[in-house]
Amino acid sequence: MKEEDHLEEKNPMEDLLRMDRIPHIWCPGCGIGTVVTSFAEALRKSKIDLDKTAIVSGIGCTGRVAGYVKLDSFHTTHGRAIPFATGLKLANPELKVIVFSGDGDIAGIGGNHFIHAARRNMDMIVICVNNFNYAMTGGQVAATTPTTANASTAPYGNYEYSFSLPYLAEASGATYVARWTALHLRRVAKSMQEALGKRGFSFIEVITPCVTLYARRNRLGDGLNLMKYYYEKSEIQHGADTRTVDISYQGKLIVGKFVDKEKPTFLDCMNEHLGKVLGDKYKSYGVSHE
Amino acid sequence: MKKVKADPKGVLTGAHYLDGDYALAEGALAAGCRFFAGYPITPSTETAERFSERIPSVGGVFIQMEDEIASIAALIGAVWGGKKAMTVTSGPGFSLMMENIGLACMMETPLVIANVQRGGPSTGLPTLTGQQDMMQVKWGSHGDYEIIALCPDSPQECFDLCIDAFNLSEIYRVPTFIMADECVGHMHEKVVIPPAEEIELVERKWFKGPKDKYLPYKPDKDMIPFMVKAGDGHRFHTTGLTHDERGYPALNAEFQEVCVRHLVEKIRMNADKIIKLEEDEIDNAEIIVISYGITSRVTTRAVQQARKAGIKVGTIRLITVWPFPEKRIKELAKKIKAFVVPEINYGQIVREVERCVEGQAPVIHIPHCGGWVHDPDEIFKAIKEASK
Repeated sequence: MKEEDHLEEKNPMEDLLRMDRIPHIWCPGCGIGTVVTSFAEALRKSKIDLDKTAIVSGIGCTGRVAGYVKLDSFHTTHGRAIPFATGLKLANPELKVIVFSGDGDIAGIGGNHFIHAARRNMDMIVICVNNFNYAMTGGQVAATTPTTANASTAPYGNYEYSFSLPYLAEASGATYVARWTALHLRRVAKSMQEALGKRGFSFIEVITPCVTLYARRNRLGDGLNLMKYYYEKSEIQHGADTRTVDISYQGKLIVGKFVDKEKPTFLDCMNEHLGKVLGDKYKSYGVSHE
Repeated sequence: MKKVKADPKGVLTGAHYLDGDYALAEGALAAGCRFFAGYPITPSTETAERFSERIPSVGGVFIQMEDEIASIAALIGAVWGGKKAMTVTSGPGFSLMMENIGLACMMETPLVIANVQRGGPSTGLPTLTGQQDMMQVKWGSHGDYEIIALCPDSPQECFDLCIDAFNLSEIYRVPTFIMADECVGHMHEKVVIPPAEEIELVERKWFKGPKDKYLPYKPDKDMIPFMVKAGDGHRFHTTGLTHDERGYPALNAEFQEVCVRHLVEKIRMNADKIIKLEEDEIDNAEIIVISYGITSRVTTRAVQQARKAGIKVGTIRLITVWPFPEKRIKELAKKIKAFVVPEINYGQIVREVERCVEGQAPVIHIPHCGGWVHDPDEIFKAIKEASK
């Protein structure tokens, strides 16, 4: 390749990324980048109005996603991306709002907000990159760390039970629930695209390797190897009962689209109910945009 | 600064008999607040109840969140979604909000938080009064920042200061606090709500430039950056990290200075414009009583007694507590015999007074543990003692 050609070469996602912030901070072999790639593909394919699309992240490695994606983007506090997104969506219902964050953010410190947003069927998509540990702070044990896996604050192995996030999401009221691994690139993108085309609370979990911490501590090889391992260990079971999809240490990963149903959203319920009770006195809120 | 008239839809014009909590809700609606997220907590709950009852006919959203952390986070989101937003809480909930109050400061998000104070620490006295969060409101979140805090002493002022709070928050792009207390919150009095055309509101400082030119943290001539809302096509970024004018993280000492100095200076350098005091018979005073909130009403009685007894006593009521009226207190410290500072805590605002007085006059504190207000006699005795 001639040098001029090289200079011409453009990242195909360039219009969707803040190129003035690249290179990103993620480690080589980390799965977050591939999830962002799938997200960019989903945005492009879904043909939604990107000026009306906002992304909210919390804190952590995945919490940095909002900083790299060229949408209205918010890098908030640890665990609070979902309530921030709730306010954003309710203030401006014409927005499509995506929360993109890690397992620590969404299921650990922000777990309460997660279940309540699902309960309300708040119209948003929550993409949770699950790398089984708190990576940004150095590989500490998480609510998602499989039992017996080693972490820097579980140096003898984790003896707690871990969350099964699809089960938690469905039980709390989510209307779309899917799980994939980072190497299921096209399937992740397809799920995201489906969620972008839906209304209601959608949850997509993506299992990714944390090469620098979780993988190294547990001697699981490099990022690519572990990504392949997760991929190979997964079994696609669309519509699987989410009570059966929990994750064991280096065990089988049940993936697929588990839930896809329709239910009125928070604003639908608010408008319908207040309209019924208050009659003509009530003018539906944010409806012309929804 | 663009001024507009209040939208009549939110203004309940007329004379009403309301408690302070209800008056806060009416003030918010009159100020154009169309988003309220909150969590029930005594003695502030009635504001949320009133707002939830009124908002469907005004047009907007009330949402009861899962906790106070979620409430303040939702508020910040709602403001970036284009709404004016408010929440109300009391001590324990206020403590929970602290981290995200810092986020609101860092993101320069205009919003209003009312704290109807009760006795603490911890669960303390849920139904009884206190003024013990006066330092927390200034310093409670980590890091350096400045906020604005106002202190109403009546239901009427709950209404009036709520409008001021919204206006100040928009002018300076800063979280603004109404530090009420249980007595004022639950006190029923006449509240006169003027016609909408007599209520002047400050419009958000909207950015009107081209889509690719918006810089969320570039200070304008008046130090305050322009705002946009999500969905306007600017595709902007904002973060709780130390940032540059684009809102991008800039994690070094150089940008820390630019960023944090801006947050602090935009308030400190405008303190004279922000501060509102109510002064009475200051000119010939030998003793000045400094008070705020419900305590200022108790002070009135003590001051009447003292004047009858021939003592030259003046009063300063702090309507604005933060930024603190440093200049005025410094000026008066040279002229008078003593300051008397009653407050329902074991020494908070008195420390600010002492700092400003710089030892030039005695500062007599009248502490109170909370649960009830001072006996006016206590204040009277302190005035008498000080005048000797």
